[in-house]
Amino acid sequence: MDYVPHTPGEQKEMLKVIGVGDLEDLFADIPAKYRLGGLLNLPPPLSEQEIWEHMGRLAARNRLPGATLTGAGAYHHYIPAVVSHVVGRSEFYTAYTPYQAEISQGILQAIYEYQTMITRLTGTQVANASMYDGATAMAEAAVLSAKSLGRSRLLVGRSVHPEYRKVVGTYAWANGYACEEIPFGATGRLEQAALRELLDDKTAAVLVQSPNFFGVIEDIGPLADLAHSRGALLVAGFTDPTSLGILKAPGDSGADFVVGEGQSFGNPMNYGGPYLGILASTEAFMRKIPGRLVGATVDREGRRGYVLTLQTREQHIRREKATSNICSNEALCMLAAAVYLACLGKNLKRLAALNVWKANYLKEALSALPGWRPLFTGPVYNEFAMSCPDAGAANRRLEKAGFTGGYDLSKDYPELGGGILFCATEMLRREDMDKAVSLLK
Amino acid sequence: MELIFEKSRPGRAAGTVPASDVPETALERLIGPELLRDTLNLPELAEVDIVRHYTRLSRRNFGVDVGFYPLGSCTMKYNPKINERVAGLDGFTALHPYAPEAFVQGNLQLLYELAGYLSEICGMADFTLQPAAGAHGELTGVMIIKKHFERKGQRRSTILIPDTAHGTNPASVALCGFQVATVRSDAEGGVDVGHLRELMTKDVAGLMLTNPNTLGLFERNIEEVAHIVHRKGGLLYCDGANANALVGVTRPGDLGFDIIQLNLHKTFSTPHGCGGPGSGPVGVKRHLVPFLPVPRVVKRGRRYRWSEDFPHSIGRVRSFYGNFNVMVKAYAYIRSIGAAGMRRVSENAVLNANYIKERLRGHYQLAYDRTCMHECVFTGEKQLRESGVHTTDIAKRLLDYGYHPPTIYFPLIVREAIMIEPTETESKETLDEFCEAMISIAREARENPDLVRSAPLTTPVRRLDDVLAARKPDVCWTVCQGE
Repeated sequence: MDYVPHTPGEQKEMLKVIGVGDLEDLFADIPAKYRLGGLLNLPPPLSEQEIWEHMGRLAARNRLPGATLTGAGAYHHYIPAVVSHVVGRSEFYTAYTPYQAEISQGILQAIYEYQTMITRLTGTQVANASMYDGATAMAEAAVLSAKSLGRSRLLVGRSVHPEYRKVVGTYAWANGYACEEIPFGATGRLEQAALRELLDDKTAAVLVQSPNFFGVIEDIGPLADLAHSRGALLVAGFTDPTSLGILKAPGDSGADFVVGEGQSFGNPMNYGGPYLGILASTEAFMRKIPGRLVGATVDREGRRGYVLTLQTREQHIRREKATSNICSNEALCMLAAAVYLACLGKNLKRLAALNVWKANYLKEALSALPGWRPLFTGPVYNEFAMSCPDAGAANRRLEKAGFTGGYDLSKDYPELGGGILFCATEMLRREDMDKAVSLLK
Repeated sequence: MELIFEKSRPGRAAGTVPASDVPETALERLIGPELLRDTLNLPELAEVDIVRHYTRLSRRNFGVDVGFYPLGSCTMKYNPKINERVAGLDGFTALHPYAPEAFVQGNLQLLYELAGYLSEICGMADFTLQPAAGAHGELTGVMIIKKHFERKGQRRSTILIPDTAHGTNPASVALCGFQVATVRSDAEGGVDVGHLRELMTKDVAGLMLTNPNTLGLFERNIEEVAHIVHRKGGLLYCDGANANALVGVTRPGDLGFDIIQLNLHKTFSTPHGCGGPGSGPVGVKRHLVPFLPVPRVVKRGRRYRWSEDFPHSIGRVRSFYGNFNVMVKAYAYIRSIGAAGMRRVSENAVLNANYIKERLRGHYQLAYDRTCMHECVFTGEKQLRESGVHTTDIAKRLLDYGYHPPTIYFPLIVREAIMIEPTETESKETLDEFCEAMISIAREARENPDLVRSAPLTTPVRRLDDVLAARKPDVCWTVCQGE
């Protein structure tokens, strides 16, 4: 296959207009010794039918789980048919970043509506039009906090997703910032007394997550108060954004930035990506946050319209003085999220409640098994951590029966002495949960 | 058009939620009332309202499937539909990133093979697929540079960037704590070798070069440039945003580059989705492989697995493994066209750009009169001088002719720049029609400049007030209803 429409005759005509003899002449600027004499060493080209078959075979080498008990940053939710229908419209998926506003009003309005939905869910005044994922959204918020305050120390909850902590660590290293961890206690929540000790006048931001990596819901308010008491900012993450259907908005509890992974809003798990970084903030950071922002305005005739705005924050205008280097982001994932939220509407509350009920059901059922008990006492959303006799063996038994098992906590939290993190969303049926529990007996 | 919030009617609903098959305990009891929210202010609509709302929005949007998109440096080529179809296979989309390795051998094989193909195409030793976009790849590449010197115990504070570079280059460098020093371009649009020699000291970590550069020109002195950078112990970084001009013809690794990021969504054909998701793999020469981000796919016998056992790695730059679904499309594309197809991409991308350059010469002034690569850069200075028509007016007038305008006012060193990238997937007829439109606009600019300055006339809205948007930012709809 190839996708070049030219016939040999047309190529000749075009070369004649250009005034060269053959295609090779167009590459005369490349020193001859660097031009490939032959072809690259790649597998032979395939027809469309062969590609379909080949990719089908590759996909079939994967094994689809019967049910998923894993969350830990990626969540299995139902996606309404409307979502894929809308994002499958090629006017959206084959368009570029809306630099030409007059022929991009569709996506610009959709972004403006998304920004509005996210500010309402998170209790903030500004939301950008997507980051790469939850981890980089948190890292960018950390870097921005440090730059805004001229401080160089970051305090990260140890109950924050381990991969998010690592990404924050990488960005911090690159910028020369120090990163320290805030310990958690028996509830699974961060220790406020320890945070008070750790805070100093060099601390730029306190980074937390609620629900946190153990599924436990943190009380953001006191953490925000503590951070603010030393002039630091509070960056509040979340695991699964469907939890915002019932949980108090982090912005209303004093968070300066609300960041996290938006995949749950209408995007498939896709083996880890593409996902959708959510980043929202108070009005104070409107002119500093990274990424795209859409603003409402009017056209020459006074009609309402939308444009990319405050672009002086962005790399193509400010270059090395930009607040971030983000260019391509995750716009189509953002569109999916907007459509998802429009579909769910106020039913997001019911969906979130269903997640809580399922997780609590599974948690109770597992707690009744000999040697099994919850690791923490704090309230949970749709994930919870258990201590059990042998996490590895438990997962092997579940996997043998076709489940994707729990997340083994031992590699990231040796201090827990073994442990396993389970997730139950609305996709997990009671009979699957009962089956899983009976397998673990 | 009405906002989705304005269409909302209390009590309407689209997405319903299944009945609970487990006990429904009060949330106040399970979670505690102080942690719960009072109101949830999301729009309430029926399914038909939502479908019509977004379908109408889509009709106010211009994609490659709607028409020609000659947006320079963005490589907006046609993307094969089979790629979308294979990327939508359940076997790819339904897998959890922490699914056991035994469940995901197909995915791991795909990632392993894709990294191998990209290494072959670029002449590099290995690739990471983790970065989520081109600029994220740049950031990763600069982190690798930082790590390289950290390991050597050298403090180097500056990275050199030509004045023609994409804005992401200096921004990425600054995000890694390096200073930027700008290298001038010479009269022929290439790196000014004398200036480079002057700037390239032992305090400089390297040079970030886009090749072909954003003027659409190949850096003819690349051999000397690489020599100057390497002799002072620096690294040569290639911004691969313009790889569409080179694939199958020459390899950046052979040209002396140590690091490259590719924009899979450009050259390797993934639709841009209104600005993403993309994917920005980073390739490196052998001496930099230990610094690539973790985890990496390794192969033992016939089995693939993830490994974090690379002690000198810069760490993680993203959660999980990157934009996997974009990689599926790139993989399918490479397997579709093969080595000969790869060469045809470059040959015809370059043919198309030079054809446009020749057809429009005489109507618009060329920024640099040389054989171009996959894009050509004109300047609207003649139109501005003769009739007061700005490049932005020309771009807006093109909207009336049914085209997405080229990139304008970039690169920054060309005044009133018009940067056209036709890509290899456009036919001669399309190019001819586009050139006719550009020639008509040049005539209109002479004969009826007010017409051009008042464009666009046919779009759903006319020129929008950017200044008002920035002065009085209205970034979310605050009218409360239904609360």
